[in-house]
Amino acid sequence: MTSLPPALIFFAGALLVGLAPARLRPAMTLLVPLFGGWNLWYVAGGGGLDVALFDTQLELVRADKLALLFGILFHLATFLACIYAFHLRDRMQQVTALIYAGGALGAVFAGDLITLFIGWEIMAVSSVFLIWARRTPRASSAGLRYLIMQISSGLLLLAGALLHISETGSPAFGAMGLGSLAGILIFTAFGIKCAFPLVHSWLTDAYPEATPTGMVFLSAFTTKVAIYGLARSFAGAEVLIYIGTAMAMFPIFFAVIENDLRRVLAFSLINQVGFMVVGIGIGSELAMNGAVSHAFNDVLFKGLLLMSMGAVLHQTGKINGSELGGLYKTMPITTGLCIVGAASISAFPLFSGFVSKSMVMVAAAEEGYWIVWLLLLFASAGVFHHAGIKIPYFAFFAHDSGIRTREPPLNMLLAMGLSAALCILIGVYPSLLYSLLPWEVHYVPYTADHVLTQLQLLFFSALAFAWLNLSGLYPPELPSVNLDADWLYRRLGVGIVRRAERVWIKAERAGARFAQYGTGVLQRSAARHYGPASVLARTWSTGFAALWIVVLLGICLILYYL
Amino acid sequence: MSNKAWIEKRKNVVLMVRIFLAVSIVLLLLDLVIHRHDLFSWEGWFGFYGFYGFVACVALVLAAKVLRKLVMRREDYYD
Repeated sequence: MTSLPPALIFFAGALLVGLAPARLRPAMTLLVPLFGGWNLWYVAGGGGLDVALFDTQLELVRADKLALLFGILFHLATFLACIYAFHLRDRMQQVTALIYAGGALGAVFAGDLITLFIGWEIMAVSSVFLIWARRTPRASSAGLRYLIMQISSGLLLLAGALLHISETGSPAFGAMGLGSLAGILIFTAFGIKCAFPLVHSWLTDAYPEATPTGMVFLSAFTTKVAIYGLARSFAGAEVLIYIGTAMAMFPIFFAVIENDLRRVLAFSLINQVGFMVVGIGIGSELAMNGAVSHAFNDVLFKGLLLMSMGAVLHQTGKINGSELGGLYKTMPITTGLCIVGAASISAFPLFSGFVSKSMVMVAAAEEGYWIVWLLLLFASAGVFHHAGIKIPYFAFFAHDSGIRTREPPLNMLLAMGLSAALCILIGVYPSLLYSLLPWEVHYVPYTADHVLTQLQLLFFSALAFAWLNLSGLYPPELPSVNLDADWLYRRLGVGIVRRAERVWIKAERAGARFAQYGTGVLQRSAARHYGPASVLARTWSTGFAALWIVVLLGICLILYYL
Repeated sequence: MSNKAWIEKRKNVVLMVRIFLAVSIVLLLLDLVIHRHDLFSWEGWFGFYGFYGFVACVALVLAAKVLRKLVMRREDYYD
């Protein structure tokens, strides 16, 4: 039995969904990942798929364990997100979400850099519609900024890929290293999509402007494809350890003071991706397994948290911590499911984060990076603080905002319920996840000391929150905007451009004045010499001319005799 | 009788925090009972994780308050 390229099923599905009548569309979006999953079974069993493009051999499907893990994850994520979006009556979102997922699948199954680039760009262009679909002025400008960053990443990838192909003669998408310019370009391209520090703000800027359902899709694919790319090409690159640590650290400070709860989760997304980047930088089998299994878990628990916040936004139209509170009274099921997501991301024992994040931590310790280990432990406490406690606390508890609403539509609850069940299932039976991992797993998460130390960390972090909150030291939720790296292009860059524009206008005016003066002078002197009253325009008498000729002839005669 | 929910009454909040504190102390004391395979010498110190978690969170919040002074702007800053 032969199989189809997974991406192709999604593209064809998107086309069919786009043409289908509105009432059939939601069900059809669900059939796409289901059919894709059935096909994936045969992809796993069969070999790859190669096609020739001019002289280059393209490998459209490379189905090794690493690619399959992400393939399974993306099918699962699409399925859950499509259930969550089942109530939508928006063709644009339904179609672009499937194209986006297809692009992600195309990228992770790509065996060569050209196919990777195509998937990369399809993701960039399709995903922006999930932001624009919010149809607000803020979303449309944030979407544009997002698109510029994504396309820049794509261009860097293309430049790096072409350079790599001309240098090595092979388009293969494999281990690369940072020794060549091509490697550095590709690394930077991955880094932008991975939200490395200073090029991260496209994520925290644009994701929270997306639709409630759109952000669930967005959080699942782009950064995870970047993690896959780094794992494929730059495993063991030491610089990733430090980049990843920075990613795990800095967002937690912003998350504490951020008011938009979906933006808090966007910061937390960067923080979790940081753990994965550290794992890839360490590069040992344990660390790599930790990185990719954490990517798997993050899609589920971050998806769950975003679904619960999306449900709040969908039901109340509000998402700022300063405007919410007390929703547990009217949304108890959503509250409970959100807490499952919060426990999972905080790595509570019996929840999914517990069985994956600690692999990266132990690997860091084993390789002797103890400062990194300490910082990651700090970040772990910080995650619990802002994602584990802050999110459910300010949305569902805290002071009663007076908002009385209802539980979200059944499909949203179902998607959250399934995600929560998976988070607990993986937490309780980690071997389900471990059996999918690309390298053999010797790690045992449930040891008495691991459970105890993790519980101590979490309980004392929670005590700190309780103490700070009761004593009034905790910073209140305030309606505000916090400056971040996007200030560089939203304010400084715009300021520089405006200033340059003003200088240019002045220079233009000065130039025009100068030109006017210059032409005036020229005009006047021309008029003096050649104008109707000038010397040359005078009418002279014949006698005067004859006199001049006599003078000239006389001069010639004198010269002749000399 | 106020019509506040059980969870919103100050006295119940204090009760919950006390129970929480008690559980935390039990966890801390378990350090003495359970054998720890320490990764580093100081990682095996008594109460290291509890202490670190508490200090980390307080430091995080205090640092974030300072950060807020630096980066917080009005909501319509970019509009």
